[in-house]
Amino acid sequence: MKNAVNRDIPQQVLDMGYEPFQGSNYKEAHQYKKAAPTVRMRPKQQDTKLLGSIREALKAVNFRDGMTVSFHHHFREGDYVVNLVMKEIVDMGFKDITIAASSLGQAHDPVAQYIEQGIVTGIQTSGIRGKMGEVVSHGKLKTPAILRSHGGRVRAIESGEVHIDVAFVGAPTSDCMGNARGKGGKSDCGVLGYAVVDSRYADNVVVITDCLVDFPNFPPSIEAVDVDYVVVVDEIGNPKKIASSAARYSTDPRDLLMAEYCAKVIEHTPYFKDGFSFQTGAGGPSLAANRFLEPLLVKHGIKMGWIIGGISRPAVDLLNKGLVECIIDTQDFDIAGIESVHSHPRHYEMSTSQYANPGNKSAFVNKLDYVILAALEVDVNFNVNVITGSDGVLRGAPGGHPDTAAGARCCIIVTPLVRGRMATICEEVVTITTPGENVDVLVTDYGIAVNPKRPDLLEALQKTNLPLRTIEELQQEAYAMVGTPDPLPFKERIVAIMEARDGTVLDVVRQIDPQGAAGE
Amino acid sequence: MQILKAAMAGTLESSDVQVTLEPHEGENQVEVQSSVLAQYGRQIKDCVNDTLSSLDVNGVKVTVVDKGALECTIKARVQCAAYRAAGVESGYPWGGAIK
Repeated sequence: MKNAVNRDIPQQVLDMGYEPFQGSNYKEAHQYKKAAPTVRMRPKQQDTKLLGSIREALKAVNFRDGMTVSFHHHFREGDYVVNLVMKEIVDMGFKDITIAASSLGQAHDPVAQYIEQGIVTGIQTSGIRGKMGEVVSHGKLKTPAILRSHGGRVRAIESGEVHIDVAFVGAPTSDCMGNARGKGGKSDCGVLGYAVVDSRYADNVVVITDCLVDFPNFPPSIEAVDVDYVVVVDEIGNPKKIASSAARYSTDPRDLLMAEYCAKVIEHTPYFKDGFSFQTGAGGPSLAANRFLEPLLVKHGIKMGWIIGGISRPAVDLLNKGLVECIIDTQDFDIAGIESVHSHPRHYEMSTSQYANPGNKSAFVNKLDYVILAALEVDVNFNVNVITGSDGVLRGAPGGHPDTAAGARCCIIVTPLVRGRMATICEEVVTITTPGENVDVLVTDYGIAVNPKRPDLLEALQKTNLPLRTIEELQQEAYAMVGTPDPLPFKERIVAIMEARDGTVLDVVRQIDPQGAAGE
Repeated sequence: MQILKAAMAGTLESSDVQVTLEPHEGENQVEVQSSVLAQYGRQIKDCVNDTLSSLDVNGVKVTVVDKGALECTIKARVQCAAYRAAGVESGYPWGGAIK
């Protein structure tokens, strides 16, 4: 059956209970009952929840074959927690395990082996990269991986579509009862918002820390009332990879050109007024847009109301210069972000539900004015792919992309026309992760295309000297440069399901055929 | 064009291609490694073969290590490798030996 973005959703997927995607607002006012965890009561006096090891914790929660375990990704590529826990689960001989993480990265390459061995049989995540992306794309995972946006993940957990048996929450600091914070210790990651839903909806919650602090560790991100056990290990992550020390300011002239276009698009569209709200992705041109926006704010005497999302130095600089009233933070990418959330009185932490969950009664993204996001590919219908590479292999993460694109009044996608020989603007993206109906403006180094469904924005931008093009013109220019790509050699087998935010199916990813990619 | 010795052109930088030509018994043989093999492998091979034909080069083994080069780059690197392999140092047949 064809869904609303013209992707064929196979009967096999519909038979799993899925509905095809029917537009971003299909579930508006839909009612549902939230799921609830099974909780073990603790009415007795209690000195501590500390256990000696991860193995003891697995025994204490009565870990069994077939269970679903969850993790957060605040430690990014510096995370040790997933590998520590999975090694213990595998060493103890458990099998048929599903990992339901907020995201996974190259730090988790060892899990690829457990997939090949048939021990890990399910993956539910936002990001999938490295060896794990390879083995899943080559059909080694027993069940299709389920890919969700950050908001979609919270919705799926709260609605009970995914039930977590044991949540393992890596925490930079915790007390002996499980009050856990992103602050302090040697693996300081700033905030722990991704793990909040896990702590409230998992049957068992185990906090894993490398810095035990005095009770009470307040104010906590993860509350002791939700935590069963606390385990202290030597290291929960590599601090150097958790937060980069230097802000990555792009000096690439192509990035800077696109960043300048982005800032000018914002300047000349109707939401650019005092108190507007703003988010950028972590890509080079997206971050650089902050730099070009700053003088425009000063010139027009405009101050932003709030910034949300993953935070790094550019947002912190705007806060410190008084150009934004406050930051509400879901994740910190660098030391500047971490230091700011710990010290600035108007830099707050929030949960991922509050940030982006379409299943609650209004997430922050619903009130967002502008978001600037990157893309691996954008097609002539403005559909965006941020999950599969040009070789068809899983190597990305929808993250908050679909959530912010859906919520923002003006979603700007910024991407070069071509990357090497890859046409970024193409006829049809490999996988749709963000539907084109949520994309308003496309900024490339060869011109700017406005989605025809936004004649108001087009009219506003026609009054400027910005190089406006149609998206078809951009796509044709890209193909003229690099040639028309051959279709990717996919097999029939479905290796991943890309859920829309509301839990319907946007697209499926099929197994890649390495023989077919031999250039014959 | 008579291929006398093995020769190479190009680099392994992003958006470049490294082309190695060697004398080889029998028909031309082209091996392609590429970062964009799935979408452009066929076209890279066609480009190499077309360029060899235009220079009237026969009896070579060509090894192509492509880092996402555009077609104009691939063509230029193959031509350069062929001239080097043939010992041609002046009077290049610009536009191809076969008109």
